[in-house]
Amino acid sequence: MTDVFLQTRGLTCERDWRVLFSELDLQLRRGQMLQVSGPNGSGKTSLLRLLAGLMQPTEGEILYQGTPLGRQRHELARHSLWIGHAAGIKGLLTPEENLAWLTALQYGASTDAIAQALEAVGLKGFEDVPCHTLSAGQQRRVGLARLHLPQAPALWILDEPFTALDKKAVAQLEGHLAAHCERGGMVIFTTHHELQQRPANFFELELGQQSA
Amino acid sequence: MNRVFFLLLVREARLMFRRPGELVNPLVFFAIVICLFPLAVGPETQLLRTLSPGLVWVAALLAVLLSLDGLFRSDFEDGSLEQWVVSPHPLGVLVLAKVLAHWLFSGLPLVLLSPVLALMLGLPADRIPVLLASLLLGTPILSLLGAVGAALTVGLKRGGILLTLLILPLYIPVLILGSGVLQAALQGLPTAGYLLWMGSMLTLAITLTPLAIAAGIKISVGE
Repeated sequence: MTDVFLQTRGLTCERDWRVLFSELDLQLRRGQMLQVSGPNGSGKTSLLRLLAGLMQPTEGEILYQGTPLGRQRHELARHSLWIGHAAGIKGLLTPEENLAWLTALQYGASTDAIAQALEAVGLKGFEDVPCHTLSAGQQRRVGLARLHLPQAPALWILDEPFTALDKKAVAQLEGHLAAHCERGGMVIFTTHHELQQRPANFFELELGQQSA
Repeated sequence: MNRVFFLLLVREARLMFRRPGELVNPLVFFAIVICLFPLAVGPETQLLRTLSPGLVWVAALLAVLLSLDGLFRSDFEDGSLEQWVVSPHPLGVLVLAKVLAHWLFSGLPLVLLSPVLALMLGLPADRIPVLLASLLLGTPILSLLGAVGAALTVGLKRGGILLTLLILPLYIPVLILGSGVLQAALQGLPTAGYLLWMGSMLTLAITLTPLAIAAGIKISVGE
C-alpha cells in the first residue's frame, strides 16, 4: 500500500455543469510515468490541477501515500513540483532571479545550482536578460530549468511541457523525464506529442472517451 | 518562513523599480485630485482648511483603491499565484508580504507626500503630525482590506467595478475615523482616542485579512 505514492478514488470533475471525467481510479507508484492524453477540453489540465492540489474534486478523493490529500497537502507540496501552462515566470525578472524565487518557495537552491540548471536547458549567457525579451521557447526553458536542480522533488506534474520547444530540446527533455523515472521519481504530464523515449514504467491515460 | 517573506519583498521591490510607472501613478492621482479642489472651490483659506481633512482622506482612499485592481493580476496571469498555492509555505504569510510590499511602494509614498498637499490646503503646520499618524495607521488598513477584494476578483475579466463595490463599504469606518481625527485636531480636541481606534483596527486587519486573502486566492486559482 505504501509504495503507491498518489492514488485517486472515484475522482469526478465537473466544470460549468459539464462532466469532464467521472469515477477515475488511478495509481501512481515510484518510478512510473503517466501521460494524460485526450482531445482538447477533455479535462487533462483539470486532472493535473486536481492532483497538484490546486482544485477541489467534485466527487471522489485523492490519496497521498494512503492518506486523503486534505490532511497531507503540506507533505504533497514538499514532494511535488507543478509547472502549468503559465510557469510563474516574471517577464521583468531575469531567468536567474525567477529561478531563485521559484526555488526559494520550495526548498531553496544555491546560485551555482541555478547557473548549472540554466546551462542544462541551454540558456547559458541569458542569465541576466529580462525574461520578456526571450522567445516563447526560451521562457518555457526557464520554467523547465527547475527540473534540473539537484533538490528537485520526487513527483513532477507538468502541463504541456513540450510546448514551444525545438526538436533538440524536446528530445533532451524526454530523456531527462525518463531518467528521472529510472531514478525512482515520478512524472505526470499532458502532451499531444508522441513520446520517443519511454521509461519501463510508462503508461497512458486517455481522457474524453467516456463521454464520446 | 521569514526568509521567504523577505525574499518576496525583494522580488516585489525589483519588479516595482523595473516598472516605475506604477509607482508614480497613485501619487500623481493623489496630487492632482487635491490640487484641483482649490481651483474648483475657490481659494478661501478658511473653507479649504475646514474641508482639508475630508479632501486628503478621500483622495488617499481613492488613490489606494485605484492601485489595488492590479495587485494580484500579473501574478495570476503568469501562473505565480499557482506556485504560491502549491508551495509548502503558508499562503497567508506570502500574501501578507505581497500586501506589505504594495503598501511600502504605494501607500507610504502617499503618506510622505500628504504634508505638502495638506499645507497647500491650509492645514496648520502643527497639525501635520496628526495627519501623518492617521494616514500611517489608515492606509495599511485600506491596502489589507482591498487585497481581500482583489484576491476574490482577480480571476474575473473586469473585476474593477466589482472590487470597488465590495470594498467601499468596508472602507467607510476607516474614512470616518481618519478624517474624524483631523477634524478633532483642527478644533483643538484630543485625538488619542481616534488614533487608538485606528491602531486596533490595523491590528485586527493584519491578523485576519491574510487568512481571507489566502482563501480568496485559493478560490480564484481553483476556478
